[in-house]
Amino acid sequence: MNKAFIILKHEFWQTVKNRPFIILTLALPLLAILGLGIYSGVHHWYHPGVPQQEKIGYVDYTGMFGNPPSEPDVQFILYTDEQTAKDALLAKDVKEYLVIPADYLSTGAVTRYTLSREVTPSTKTTGQITDFLVSNLLVGKVSPQVLQRVETPVLLASFRLNESGEIAPNQNIVASYVVPIVFAVLFMISVFMSSGFLFQSVTEEKENRVMEILLSSVSSGQLLVGKVLGLGIAGLLQVAVWLVTVEVFFRVASGIIPAFSGLSIPAGIIGWGILYFILGYLMFAALYAGIGSISASAREGQGWSTIFVLPAIVPYYLSYFIVSNPEGAVSRALTFFPLTSPMTSIIRLANHAISAWEIALSLIILAGSAVFIMWLAAKMFRVFILMYGKRPALREIIRYVREA
Amino acid sequence: MMILLDSSISVNAEQCPQNVLLYIETVGVEVAGLVDKVTRDGKANAAMNVVEVSRVNKSFKDIKVVDSVSLSIGQSEIFGMVGPNGAGKTTTIRMLMDIIKPDSGEIKILGEPINEAIKNRIGYLPEERGLYKKLTVSESLIYLAALKGIRGHLARERAEELLKRVNMLPHKDKKTEELSHGMGQLIQFVATILHDPELVVFDEPFAALDPVNTQLLKELILELRSQGKSVILSTHMMNQVEELCDRILMINKGQAVLYGSLAEIKSRYKNNSVFIECDRLPDKLPGVVGSKDHMKYIELFLDGHTSPQEALNALVSIGVRVDRFEVSTPSLNEIFIQVVKEGR
Repeated sequence: MNKAFIILKHEFWQTVKNRPFIILTLALPLLAILGLGIYSGVHHWYHPGVPQQEKIGYVDYTGMFGNPPSEPDVQFILYTDEQTAKDALLAKDVKEYLVIPADYLSTGAVTRYTLSREVTPSTKTTGQITDFLVSNLLVGKVSPQVLQRVETPVLLASFRLNESGEIAPNQNIVASYVVPIVFAVLFMISVFMSSGFLFQSVTEEKENRVMEILLSSVSSGQLLVGKVLGLGIAGLLQVAVWLVTVEVFFRVASGIIPAFSGLSIPAGIIGWGILYFILGYLMFAALYAGIGSISASAREGQGWSTIFVLPAIVPYYLSYFIVSNPEGAVSRALTFFPLTSPMTSIIRLANHAISAWEIALSLIILAGSAVFIMWLAAKMFRVFILMYGKRPALREIIRYVREA
Repeated sequence: MMILLDSSISVNAEQCPQNVLLYIETVGVEVAGLVDKVTRDGKANAAMNVVEVSRVNKSFKDIKVVDSVSLSIGQSEIFGMVGPNGAGKTTTIRMLMDIIKPDSGEIKILGEPINEAIKNRIGYLPEERGLYKKLTVSESLIYLAALKGIRGHLARERAEELLKRVNMLPHKDKKTEELSHGMGQLIQFVATILHDPELVVFDEPFAALDPVNTQLLKELILELRSQGKSVILSTHMMNQVEELCDRILMINKGQAVLYGSLAEIKSRYKNNSVFIECDRLPDKLPGVVGSKDHMKYIELFLDGHTSPQEALNALVSIGVRVDRFEVSTPSLNEIFIQVVKEGR
């Protein structure tokens, strides 16, 4: 059996037996079950009773508001003077009272008194007061229909059309914004987890001095290939578990949660998304392996790897921008730049907002970078893996890689 | 045929008919080790050295770490590689193991330039060594054996057998981080010879071992030789080399300064003197050209014609009571110091 395969198997099993890996992999299914459970539990047990009718008192100096409308949720009670209104408030007969001054029509000023602490009056209260005032002002002067429209002038429904004038898919806010970002984040977590494990395994073997024993049995190339593939397969397994979870979750949730209705995994994610995952993983794995081989300790290497992780998560912070301007210059640049390409492309794929040529070009750039970094890492691995102590300077690295 | 070729029967390829040899070779994997034995005992490899290094050079950053070193090691031989720290021992060994490539020169192990198949026939205990902290002793051993081409049942059995030999069997399911440093070193030793290698390389094997385990390790190394294995022992501790090695290479600043059989080297550097402890010493003795007082004993330097035996006879004949009489053989350490001084 090829020795790279023995290493692959060893690394794969060591990873899937690893507690953090198991916890993270199962966290999503557990969260999904928990979320659905809580939602349906609340839905099942919570029966909002008949809403309590609120009482608002008022003192009218204009004489125009003698006709309080009978709303189901609020009752306006007329008081003859402010003192009785205040007594009613203190006796908790009403929750608040208004004073409408004689010059209301010209100023629009109304004074409100309440016992509760609040930053601003709630929109509900403001709406109730507005409706009360409007209906009293217009009643008898316009038709009830016009009155209704004055109270609620618009119920907005907006649709995005595609270039051919048809209604574009994914009008759902969850589908167009949340789903792409969830996928991008999940994929990147898996990429960084797997390549992080690779880094850990390289630095660990360097730190615990098993490396030289290994290298007397296998070549540095076999070691690198075995590790990268073994951990990559563990990462793919994790992604597979998550995709199945999301699919099942969508099916179950679309039946019971209105916001999730009609959701499914965007088709592009399964095929292209996994390709981006694989290439992205290979690139970051190679980066981590290279850094691991030159670092004296895991802690030292961690700092260096952050330099590459930071740009990789830039698309996450710009995700709202990418979703709303998928064809903008910034989105395109992020799609093609190899470090940001996997995450940006997955966001755009999930949002059906990436064209075929963009996928092709970004995949070519990504694959090229992955191959180049892998080649570089293999050389660095061979040269530096047995050097302990001082981390080599950049100049030395360049020289050795040239010579190797 | 396979029953006949029990491992206790040694087959000489010269006497063995060609068709029988061919048959053995076609029988398959089970007797692969045996075929090796046959060919090695036979004519094809009668003169083959297990290690053959010729004029190997290696520089790091323009500093010559190994400078035109040649050596050869035969079967059933313990070969010592000695020299101070930083002399180039580990670099030479790493080149033998194909961990680093020489700048120039040729290396042959078991008759071939090193390759994957050859790596499975070598055991290497590096100076920088360790174990997987989170794996158990058995898991570590079985993984490392798998990388040497020994799998499953066989690896497990060999591991148990060897663990028993070093009294570590009760610890086989412990994580290696729970073991003491010395115990870890015994496990590393087991890992080095688990796949029954024909050539075993130990780089500073006794470092940090207590006297009991040092003794155990020495016995095991001698046992390897008696099994027909070749052993390379690299160390800066000259006394260990004197005790164990048949032949040595002394290396200083990347250059081979002494090479050959230990006994031959010692007699070459014999300084023609004797150590004596006695009640009195006459001022003048025939054949003695000088003396040096070492406080507890006196060293007498003999002229070129007088043997130690004649000197003793002369002492006894004049009635000196001799408590101790010893022909001085310089220690490897003294030889090394002398060689380095001469080299300057």
